Amino acid sequence: MMDRRYWFRRGKDRGMAVLTFLCTIAVLIPLFLVLGFLVRTGASALNWDFFTKIPGAAGEPGGGMANAIAGTLLLIGLAALVGIPVGVLGGTFLAEYPHARLSQLARFTADVMNGIPSIVIGLFAYVLIVLPMRHFSALSGGVALGVMLIPTVMRTTEEIIRLVPQSVREAALALGIPTWKTTVRVVIPTAAAGIVTGIMVGLARVAGETAPLLFTAFGNRFWNWNILKPVAALPLQIFAYAISPFDDWHRQAWAGALVLVTIVLIVSVAARVASSRQAKLR
Amino acid sequence: MRIADRIASAWPARTGDRMFQMLLAGMAAAAPVIIGAILVALLIAGWPAIQRFGIRFVVTSTWDPVAGTFGILPFIYGTVVSSALALLMAVPLGLGAAIFLSELVPIWLRAPIAFLVELLAAIPSVVIGLWGVFVLVPWVRAVLSPVLASALGFLPLFSGPPLGIGMLTAGLVLSVMIVPFIVAVSTEVMRAVPRMQREAALALGATGWETTRTAVLPYARSGIAGAIFLALARALGETMAVTMVIGNVPQIRASLFAPAYTIPAVIANEFAEATGDLYLAALVYAGVVLFVVTVAINALARLLVRRAAGGPALLRE
Repeated sequence: MMDRRYWFRRGKDRGMAVLTFLCTIAVLIPLFLVLGFLVRTGASALNWDFFTKIPGAAGEPGGGMANAIAGTLLLIGLAALVGIPVGVLGGTFLAEYPHARLSQLARFTADVMNGIPSIVIGLFAYVLIVLPMRHFSALSGGVALGVMLIPTVMRTTEEIIRLVPQSVREAALALGIPTWKTTVRVVIPTAAAGIVTGIMVGLARVAGETAPLLFTAFGNRFWNWNILKPVAALPLQIFAYAISPFDDWHRQAWAGALVLVTIVLIVSVAARVASSRQAKLR
Repeated sequence: MRIADRIASAWPARTGDRMFQMLLAGMAAAAPVIIGAILVALLIAGWPAIQRFGIRFVVTSTWDPVAGTFGILPFIYGTVVSSALALLMAVPLGLGAAIFLSELVPIWLRAPIAFLVELLAAIPSVVIGLWGVFVLVPWVRAVLSPVLASALGFLPLFSGPPLGIGMLTAGLVLSVMIVPFIVAVSTEVMRAVPRMQREAALALGATGWETTRTAVLPYARSGIAGAIFLALARALGETMAVTMVIGNVPQIRASLFAPAYTIPAVIANEFAEATGDLYLAALVYAGVVLFVVTVAINALARLLVRRAAGGPALLRE
């Protein structure tokens, strides 16, 4: 009797182990389905024109996304200008003054900010910049992406700087170096590699954002380097082509998605390799 | 003389420290300031609609830009039902995977699997939507809907023509997008359960699963609840992937096969082309509703997760 009870419990244990394993597989299946779909469809649609030409006339085959790729780079640059200084310096404050009331508040609100829907950030940039200027612009799109970048960079910077050993700070302070100079010249450089990794991951994430650009950067069928004019972006172009009725545009959307995901994956893998190497050095 | 020099030269250094600290503090303050600024900016831009429709906005179903009458009940319905559907699928799977990752997985396999989960979270929304449009929608139309209809067709939930696009597909796409968050956060809070808890259960003769059920899960309960709320907020605010597969028809239908519409989707589709101040303001008002709900859920989720992970609670004295 005891024995049967034991086998039942043991069987349940094994059964649950298998079940949780199957759950893990089920969670990962969509990743492989999406990647497989992109490689299957996108690779055949990728060609030289895709990287060198701007979109053709509606419905006509041919053309590429060169201007959208350039536009995404421009938007990322603007986002970096907004997000990196605020994120890195704010994160430094969180790490160097961890118990200040402001730190507690900023840490919490940065986490909450991370969860604000991207479409709402788009509305914010619209009200802040597009409304007063009366037209869509790369600037407003860059600001929207920059705002989205801030919480990510702030929290990763904080985590990395916290890993800098206290003895490094003490060594600098013992030499009579002022606190601010210790932070700028000793602490931040020590953490620089990790901070850069965090920034790269953050930029790769916002590069794929579409919703905040719909009514800020807006999209553009032509080249544009003027930050006060609407600009094309890769995710916007993918969206526009995906919901269009033309087969050739569908193929270009797949190609665009393949390029976008490849960039995100390369950056993620590189960041993973870099941070595990840094962990080993420690 | 030398000492006086030293004291004099200490002043600029201290001023430098003070100024630097203020600069850093100013940047750290950006987070709360931006959240406040978003609320103020949206309230101002949405004011004409807020003033005109008040609370009726969220309980009426007419969305008629031509007549200038706006109510977002169908959008709220679509947002809530698609998110609930996503949670229904993502929570059991995500929790199972989190238990596997935190309690069972061989150590060498943990980092690679966690990384793959991270990658799933990193795929841009518009790409998931693209896959949804070209792979998932045809599959739901040709396979899933007919199967559900033949098995459970007597329920109003699974009645009507299988279009492929609609609430069910939106729920599926959303579950793919939120499940990485559930896995990652739940794994983290379960890892934070002290070893002693597990060892005590094991010492009493519990099996692995009994240890998880009686020692780990109860301890991590509030953190897991936080993970679910976090995922819920993501689902409510998710825009692109949902817009591409839900069909974008503002209606309230019992059937999950029917097209629907969500708040983020209507903003995404109509904002750039909205003509007239009231129309724009109504869309911004919808954004205010979305903002307030997601920020409240996020704040709650963060408090739950933080308490579970043993971090400092918000503004603890």
